[in-house]
Order: sequence, then C-alpha cells, then structure tokens
Amino acid sequence: MRLSDLPKGAAAVVDRVEDAHAEDPIAQRLRDLGFVEGEPVRLVARGPLGADPLLVQIGSTRFALRRSEAARISVRMEAA
Amino acid sequence: MSADTLRIALVGNPNCGKTALFNQLTGGRQKVANYAGVTVERKEGRFLAPSGRVLQLLDLPGTYSFDANSPDEQITRDVCEGRYPGEAAPDLIVCVADATNLRLHLRFVLEVKRLGRPVVLALNMMDAAKRRGIAIDVPELQRLLGLPVVETIAVKRGGAKALIDRVDGDIPVAAPAEADDAASRAGLHEQVRTLMAATVSMPRATAAIDDALDRWALHPVFGLGILAVLMFLIFQAVFSWAKPIMDAIQDGITSLGVWVTAALPADSALHSLLNDGVFAGLGAVLVFLPQILILFLFILVLEESGYLPRAAFLLDRLMFKAGLTGRAFIPLLSSFACAIPGIMATRSITDPRDRLTTILVAPLMTCSARLPVYTLLIAAFIPSRTVGGIFNLQGIVLFTLYVVGIISALTVAWVIKRFRKDKSEHALLMELPSYRMPHVRDIALGLWERAKIFLRRVGGIILALTVLLWFLSSFPGAPEGATQPAIDYSFAGRIGHLLQYVFAPVGFNWQICIALIPGLAAREVAVSALGTVYAMSGTDDAVASQLGPMIAQTWTLPTALSLLAWYVFAPQCMSTLAVIRRETNSWRNVALTAGYLFGLAYLASLVTYQVARALL
Repeated sequence: MRLSDLPKGAAAVVDRVEDAHAEDPIAQRLRDLGFVEGEPVRLVARGPLGADPLLVQIGSTRFALRRSEAARISVRMEAA
Repeated sequence: MSADTLRIALVGNPNCGKTALFNQLTGGRQKVANYAGVTVERKEGRFLAPSGRVLQLLDLPGTYSFDANSPDEQITRDVCEGRYPGEAAPDLIVCVADATNLRLHLRFVLEVKRLGRPVVLALNMMDAAKRRGIAIDVPELQRLLGLPVVETIAVKRGGAKALIDRVDGDIPVAAPAEADDAASRAGLHEQVRTLMAATVSMPRATAAIDDALDRWALHPVFGLGILAVLMFLIFQAVFSWAKPIMDAIQDGITSLGVWVTAALPADSALHSLLNDGVFAGLGAVLVFLPQILILFLFILVLEESGYLPRAAFLLDRLMFKAGLTGRAFIPLLSSFACAIPGIMATRSITDPRDRLTTILVAPLMTCSARLPVYTLLIAAFIPSRTVGGIFNLQGIVLFTLYVVGIISALTVAWVIKRFRKDKSEHALLMELPSYRMPHVRDIALGLWERAKIFLRRVGGIILALTVLLWFLSSFPGAPEGATQPAIDYSFAGRIGHLLQYVFAPVGFNWQICIALIPGLAAREVAVSALGTVYAMSGTDDAVASQLGPMIAQTWTLPTALSLLAWYVFAPQCMSTLAVIRRETNSWRNVALTAGYLFGLAYLASLVTYQVARALL
C-alpha cells in the first residue's frame, strides 16, 4: 500500500520510493531524506483541509508531505 | 589574506544550529529562528582563536543533500566543492548535526565526508539530547566515522568551547574523496543504520512534549482555531498594549518641541522647520515604535518556538489551491515585518516559478511600515468601542486590513497560476522542528535590532525627506495679499493640486497627494509628510503635534477608508522594487509588480470611496 493510504496514527515500514516520472527530483529527495527500504514510518497527523498534507514521522524527524508526494512511497503495515 | 587565516565553512542539515554557532563564535548577530531555511545566503565572519590565529568562518544555508534543489542549497554545494565564484574551497569543513536527530543528520555528514576534505563533526543541541535521555557514545562515533567529533550547545554561553579548541588545533586528515552517484548514495543509509545501532541509544524517537503539543496544534479543528486566535490576539495587543506608551511618547515630543522652539522667534524659518518639519513630521512617525515592537515581539516568539512550520502545515492546502506552496508561508510571514527579508527568504523555495509567484505577492503582505498609516487613520476615524464584550473595534479593523492583504495575495497568486502554462508538480517536503522555549535574551536582542532599524530610518531617510518636504512646502512664499495659507502657493502645494486631478475620483485631497510622493521612499514617510503638510497649513501650533484629531476633523470617512484601501496595495516602496530587481534579475518583474499593485490600489480606493460615499 501507499504511505498516503495509511490511516492516521498507523505505523508501517517503507518498501521503496517510486519515481513518478523519469528523473524525478522529488523521489530522489525523499530517498535522501531517509525514505528507504526497511525504515519504520508513522502517519502522525493530516492537514485540516482535504486531509492534505500528511505529517509523517521517520526516525526522529517529522516531515510534512503532500498526498501526491506520499503516494510515491510504498509501505507495508507491520504485523501488530 | 595572510597564510595564517584558516577558512572554515559551517554546513549541515537545515535548522541544526549553524547560525547560532556562527553567532556564538564570531559574536555576530545573524538571524536565528526555529525553522528550516532561515539562512539563505553565505555569511562571513572572523574570530581570534586562543592560539592567536585569525579564523575566518563561513555560515552556509542548510541542506539535506548535495543533490541541490533550491538556490540556497546550491550555494552550499558550490562553496564546499570550491566552485563558488571568487572563493577557494574551505580549509576545513565543520559539519553541524542535531544530536537529537542523528538518523537524518548523519547521512549528510557521510556525504560531506565523501568530498575528501578535512571535516570536523559538531554534535549540537547536546543539552536537548541529554534532557531527552539520548546517549551518544562519542569516542566510538569518532572512531567509526574517522572524523573528530565534538559536542556543542550553540545557544549556551561557552557552549562552543570544544569546537573552538578543535578547529584551533591541527587540521584533521581528510578521508579519501568518493564519487557521488545514485547507487553509492543509497548505501549511505545503510551506513547510518550501522552507526546509529553502534553509538546511539534513544528512549523515545521524539520528545513527548512535541507529540502532546502537536496533538492540539495540528488538530484539524482545534489547530485552525488556535492559529486564528493567535493571529487575532496579535492585532488586539498591537492596539491595546501600545496605547499608554504611545501617549507618553506623544506628550514627550510635544513638550520637547515647545521647549526647543520657545527661544526662537515664532515667524522665523528655523522655528517653522523645527516645529512643522522635524517635530510634527518625525514625531508623527516616532510614536509608532511601541506598536512595531509589539508586533515583532509576537513574530520573534513564534519564530523561536517552532510554531511557524506548523502554521505552514495547516495552511498548505489553501496556499496550494491558490498556486503557492506551503513553503511560501514563512517568506510571506516575514513580509509582515518587511517585504525585503521576505523576498530574500523565498530563496528556500525550490521551484523558480513558485518562487517568482511568492515574490510578486509578497508586497501584499502588510509590512510594518504600513502600520503607522493604518493606526493613524484607524485611531482617528474608528471609535474605540468594545465589541462582543472583549474585542476592541479598532483591533478588528486592523485585523481586517491584514486579512484583506492576505486574501488579495492568494487571489493574485491564483490568477498568476491560471496564466502559467507549466503545470508540473512542486514538492512541499517540509520538516517540522521540535518546539523550543524562546530565549528571553534572543528576543530582547531581536527587538533591540528592530528598534535600531526603525530609529535609523527615522533619523535618516525619514528626517531627510521631511526636511525636503518642509522646504518644498515653504517656498516660494505666499504673494502679497494672499488669501490662502502659504503652502497653497509653494512647490508642494502646486504639485499636490496637480495630482489631485488624478486622485480626486478616489477621494484624496491635495494634502494626501503630496504625502504619497515621499511615501515612495518609505511608507511611514506618508505619515510624517501629512504631519508636516498640516502643520504648515495650520496657524495654530497645537495642530503640529495632533495629526490624528486634525485629520479626523477635516477628512470625510470615505476619504479615510479610501486611503486605508490604497495602503493595502500601495506599490510605493522603492527598496522592495529594488530587491525584486536584484532577486529576479529582471526589470520586467519590477514593472509587473509596480504596475499591478498601482492598478489594484487605485481600483480598491475608487471602489471603497464611491461605495462609502453612496452608503454613508
């Protein structure tokens, strides 16, 4: 599933970041920020209008990502 | 430059405290705040190390990666790689990392290490790390990284001692340079994980207090409520807190004026210059110092606390719909102080077109120079009534003017978006920092800097223009047997009467028309100019110190409202236009900005005046 589909408060593990198109700088930046295979992430909050942007915690860092950005990141839910 | 000067560059992720360290080391007063992207330029400073060597320090914009996305990140990359025009590569790189956020920051440390230059790692915010129970095995980290590692607390006096001692010693041996490509880059995360596992233990990934605060601050309903209340409170405070101090300043200036001019003959030119020019003109602007400082008190506290990126988070969707990015929030908020730092802060916006849109609408944010104009008119024309039990009507009107500015900015941005052919996607990707208790000392310093800037303007450009205006309003003198006040025959009077042909439809009298011209240089001058013009037209000295009551008697309410509407848009600020020219390198953008703002200002005033006249 995609990071953008996670319910609020849910934790998951990053699978990979997919390029939305060739030479996608946004995808590259996401990888640089630590969205790489095996990293645990959590969806902390969602914006008040249209549930956009999303607040994602990765490691000790909170990043605000728009839905379209978060949709590039595929994740798997942790077996609780 | 002597061979003894060691050139050191400070690099690191955004908001890790590079500038705070820079200030600590050089005694500088560069702006620091709690959000990513405060520093957008390279800044230089020097300090004398204990050994007697002079160390030259470069403060660089923060970046997550050398794969630069925005103009400010590019500067950092170019300087580190020795490709910045006119500048050799630094002798030593001090890589600063936030000790509470090493998982993110260590990756960039590894990227810096691969440059193959001497690097020292400064683990900053060690105090916050200790408070949160984060334990870092520094010797082990140093061994695994192969770099000297020192601990710093940039915000504490003496907190950079270990760093000073280290950079003052021998230059560490550089690691071998490595190629930078996508494949090797992916491997960096693996290395970070190994390092983290071996050297860092954290009881909790985030601070519990941050999570608790964010539950409220980012809540879909309460979050927006808190933001609205906060903004509203600021404008209430600007009016109600400042009043007693402003009255005291006003009385002081009046007494000083009477005392100074008492010795001079009442009909001499010098008496008129001091009384009508300096005291009426400058005094009219000076009384607004308390209001400006109260506004900045709030802005500084918000900046330091880390709340601003939260506000950007809440408003991103709205701004995105309007064709802006959430990242534009901080430059636009800075524009409430002054559009110039606001426009410079747009350098942290990745996309050039997003950046241009933000620059074009930044002047619509109500800068603090407009505050004197607004509050003069509001105090004169809007009754100080309590509405709904707690709200001051004057505060509500001021708040409304700010809101109109914001809505106009969003509308203009939306129109620009319509005309833009390119629809490609632009990222938000914004980090939300930990909350921090603002330091009283930093806030006090920030306010002091602001007060100095304001007083320098009053003593410099505003004084010069006021004297010039006094001259234009005094000469040539009235002919024999003149029936009107002397100013009607002066240069200024003639210019004002000429301009009135253009501005009569929007309800401006000739006195306002005169004041608009020096207001081009600095908006506050419009107030001092009105002070001078009215003091010159009146025969009574008391008028000189009481501009507010004077215009309340002579202007109609539609005229006052029309002038307020004018100043929401008012394109009149040469410095803003100059900085737009510099930042966009295009006269076309300058003409575009000045043109559309003038058009909107005229239109808004016209509608306001005609509607108000029809209704009232």
